[in-house]
Amino acid sequence: MPPPEEAPGAEFLAVRAARKTYGAVHALRGVDFAVRRGEIVGLVGHNGAGKSTLMNILAGTVQRSGGGFRIGAVEVGAWSPHQAQAHGLRCVFQELSLCANLSLAENTRILHRSLRGPGWRARAGALIGRVIEEIFPGLRLDPATRVADLPIGLRQMVEIARAFAVTDAPLGCVILDEPTSALGHEATGQLLSHLRRAAARGIGCILITHRLDEILAVCDRAVVMVDGAIVAERAVSGLTRGELVGLMGSIEAAREPAAGAAAGFPGAAMIDHPGRDGGDLAVRASAGEIVGFAGLDGHGQRERLRALLAAPRAAGPGGKALRMAYVAGDRAAEGAFSLWSIADNLTLCSLRALTRCGLIAPAAERDLARVWVGRLRVKAPSIDTPILDLSGGNQQKVLFARALASDAAIILLDDPMRGVDVGTKQEVYRMIRDEARQGRCFLWYTTEIEELGNCDRLYVFREGRAVSELAGAAITPARVLEASFGGRHG
Amino acid sequence: MSLGRLRLAVPPWSYGFLAALALWAATTLHSGAGSAGGVLASALAFAAFTVLVGTGQMLVIASGPGNIDLSVPTVLTLASYVAMSVMAGRNALLVPGVLAALLVGAAAGALNYAAIAALRLPPIIATLAWSFVFESFAFDIGGQTRLKPPALLSDFAAARWGGVQIVPLAVMLVTLLAAVMLRRTIYGRHLLATGQSERAARLAGIAVGRVRLAAYMLCGATGALAGVLLAGFTGGASLNMGRSYLLSSIAVVVLGGTSVSGGQANAVGIWGAALFFNLMTTMLNSFGFQAGARFLLTGALIILIVAIVPRRRAA
Repeated sequence: MPPPEEAPGAEFLAVRAARKTYGAVHALRGVDFAVRRGEIVGLVGHNGAGKSTLMNILAGTVQRSGGGFRIGAVEVGAWSPHQAQAHGLRCVFQELSLCANLSLAENTRILHRSLRGPGWRARAGALIGRVIEEIFPGLRLDPATRVADLPIGLRQMVEIARAFAVTDAPLGCVILDEPTSALGHEATGQLLSHLRRAAARGIGCILITHRLDEILAVCDRAVVMVDGAIVAERAVSGLTRGELVGLMGSIEAAREPAAGAAAGFPGAAMIDHPGRDGGDLAVRASAGEIVGFAGLDGHGQRERLRALLAAPRAAGPGGKALRMAYVAGDRAAEGAFSLWSIADNLTLCSLRALTRCGLIAPAAERDLARVWVGRLRVKAPSIDTPILDLSGGNQQKVLFARALASDAAIILLDDPMRGVDVGTKQEVYRMIRDEARQGRCFLWYTTEIEELGNCDRLYVFREGRAVSELAGAAITPARVLEASFGGRHG
Repeated sequence: MSLGRLRLAVPPWSYGFLAALALWAATTLHSGAGSAGGVLASALAFAAFTVLVGTGQMLVIASGPGNIDLSVPTVLTLASYVAMSVMAGRNALLVPGVLAALLVGAAAGALNYAAIAALRLPPIIATLAWSFVFESFAFDIGGQTRLKPPALLSDFAAARWGGVQIVPLAVMLVTLLAAVMLRRTIYGRHLLATGQSERAARLAGIAVGRVRLAAYMLCGATGALAGVLLAGFTGGASLNMGRSYLLSSIAVVVLGGTSVSGGQANAVGIWGAALFFNLMTTMLNSFGFQAGARFLLTGALIILIVAIVPRRRAA
């Protein structure tokens, strides 16, 4: 459906130079953003670009650290979800916000407080039923159904319908954060048509989606965010998919080219893990290789790493199955043993080699811990320091050392550099390249595009599958983004 | 601040020993110096059984939050019945009887863990349910009758070696083995890692299920061994012989410095806690306290001691 010819109406809501900091982290670095009445704005960007932070500020669920806020022509200071609601701003966030133990009618009542007095359930049920029929015609849902009894796709549709339902407050703008990821093809089409119909009635919309075709099909304007800032704003009319991908990728800084495998590598094949179906590539890796798992956060990379860990291992030299070590990114829940010292944490995967006559040799254990604490430059008073006394980066180094000190030939990295300072990152990157040169094989899931520059080859994941493979010079931010978002024509 | 310094100077697992020493001194002051040796010897003899059962319980509790074996008293009773039946009062069958008891204990532990793992039951429910089954087995074997031990077993349970009782010495050896196992073997490390974080242990390549299975089997085996020795000590297996070991096996583990949330275990500390309990009973008896007042004081002291033990930090 083509966007309307006439310019959209008056400004509904705007932020100027909006900033949000969490400690030393800048989630938003001064953003100007506005939406007009009847305008559909598409918001795109990589994970962590600040899209959700910006939307939370608009919705009043997060307080901005600085910058102006205007609703209509009125400047406002503090802004709350209640005020946002009263001014006609509604949100459909990724985390479904329906109460699972309540019915559709009861959930509608939560958002629409004017549905009160005797018979409110029937009126709420009629309201939500009417809106569902308007947006998703033919979908018959009993308003007395408990939300818990609905599959995720239907819940999402109910939540969207609830946001578009109108009682006392007029509806001005709806924020939709990845609304279609849980919807089927038909429902997605119905939603997009409804957005255009609503826009024609003056209802604005901010659509966050990684499906760029949806942006091109329905939006008036596309806004691209990178690293807490808006880097591009374009009218969608005439914009191509390739240009949009380019807008996201172009600002990525130039980086040093991939180190490249050393002479003699890649060596012996170590991993050949078939995909689930035709659309899912087999993951292959050899000795000396650093293989990246790229794509948007949560598109199946971690699940694939875990599947590799659980799969039967190939035999190495000597006929023994190759060993694997796993470095978790979620240190607190999946990596560190909180009651233990650095030494205990570090040697856990190397105990077999440290055992003499069935008993762990303390001297050998401490030597090993000392060597690796030195090699990775872990900043700690002693190897007996409790691991929780270390900074996040140093804890991560200990977990790296646990994997590197073991006899594992294959090392799986599960986004391990999350929340680690830049200096530590550089040291660890160097260490990974050194270890690969000595014949180890790394499989590295990362959500940070610049880290992929350390990889010889990578698989890009999308919607649970490894959809494309890039190697050597083909590893560029633009190509990675393109594949992450489903290609120029996907 | 002063309390903080005290905690640094004295490790928590030694509180039991210190309290036991104080009680011993108090009893001795009250009853005269001549009783000191006898009081200590009887406390050691009775504590040994609690320590044996508690050592197995410690391994289970250390294997992770929620893990506990409530079937210990009935496993002890069942294994004791099986051993006495196999021995049939004959010295020659002593070794087969002990082996049969250990086998029954380990099998009971395996059944406990199977119910926990396969049916996803909380350990507290699974082991409680099995304890009813084990009790009915014991009832089936011996019923209300008391099964007599062979003379050799009775002699061993009462034997002294240069004036020192053998059974407490043997249990001290078990404590030493457990302490070495926890600190110096791969299994011990894997157990403590599993107890701290199951997810992290799994990702570190530890076979979490097998580690826990072994903990429950060892717990069954130590309970069974205690059952055999207790039958020798008290003159036979009876249906309620294990009853007092349900709560005491858990109490000595916790007072001994093992974390209820898993991942940290102390084998030596169990001795301090077990001696403390026994000496307190002795002291209150010699002071002429009624049973009601004795239980009240026991409960209050447990709360007091657990309250001053430093907690593990939030991760």
